[in-house]
Amino acid sequence: MTTVTLAGTPVEVDPEGFLEKPEQWTKEMGEEIARSAGIEKLTERHWQVIDFMRKTYLDTGSAPSMRALGKTSGVAIKELYELFPKGPAKLAAKIGGIPKPRGCV
Amino acid sequence: MADSIEKVSIVVSKGSLEGVYPGLIMANGARMEGIEASLFFTFFGLDVIREDRIDKIKVGTVGNPGMHMPTWIGAIPGMSWIATKMMSRQMDKIDIPPVREFVEMISDSGGKLYACQATVDMYGLTMDDFIPQVEKVLTVGEFYELSAGGEIIFT
Repeated sequence: MTTVTLAGTPVEVDPEGFLEKPEQWTKEMGEEIARSAGIEKLTERHWQVIDFMRKTYLDTGSAPSMRALGKTSGVAIKELYELFPKGPAKLAAKIGGIPKPRGCV
Repeated sequence: MADSIEKVSIVVSKGSLEGVYPGLIMANGARMEGIEASLFFTFFGLDVIREDRIDKIKVGTVGNPGMHMPTWIGAIPGMSWIATKMMSRQMDKIDIPPVREFVEMISDSGGKLYACQATVDMYGLTMDDFIPQVEKVLTVGEFYELSAGGEIIFT
């Protein structure tokens, strides 16, 4: 486990930079993670996806599948990839401070 | 980053449900990781992009040792239909969509779909026979050109 400083606070992350403890997360940390992943400014649409990912994880214990994300987050697959070109589920989870999604779809 | 895959080209050559899903799952999974993905449909795999066949793809129940049933049972009329229903239900439970929805999903996520020239010629098909997500018909040579610098996966 590695400790990094995000938005001025030390947090524990896995080797890929996903937060180990979702409760340590703040919005400011999310913005910092997004910037280091190449997303300069998180828009309202980004946040809709990030919040949905985070809420689903906190409610159910696992992140939604790509199919569920496209169907129920309110952002369709095409736009998801425009917002997060390097992988919507993976990136939104990272920015939202939850573990890397484990699903195959 | 020499130790990461940046691009994959997946060949789908089978026309059974269990034959087409692995390629679709791998293509979608590649896009989920931000990996560039192309699907090349050849021989019976072409059924996946044929408008008249995409919704009729079935599990092979005859001569399929993986079914763990005697071949004569698999040959009973309706058996393939039943097996397909059962497998589809199981897959839906783990959020794997039906073939048509899956292909749309892959296309929307930026994955590219191509048809094999030789097979298209063999069946006498045109672009009109395909679902709208199909990019174009490619020769093997064009497929290799397009796959340059990436990994090729045959299924």
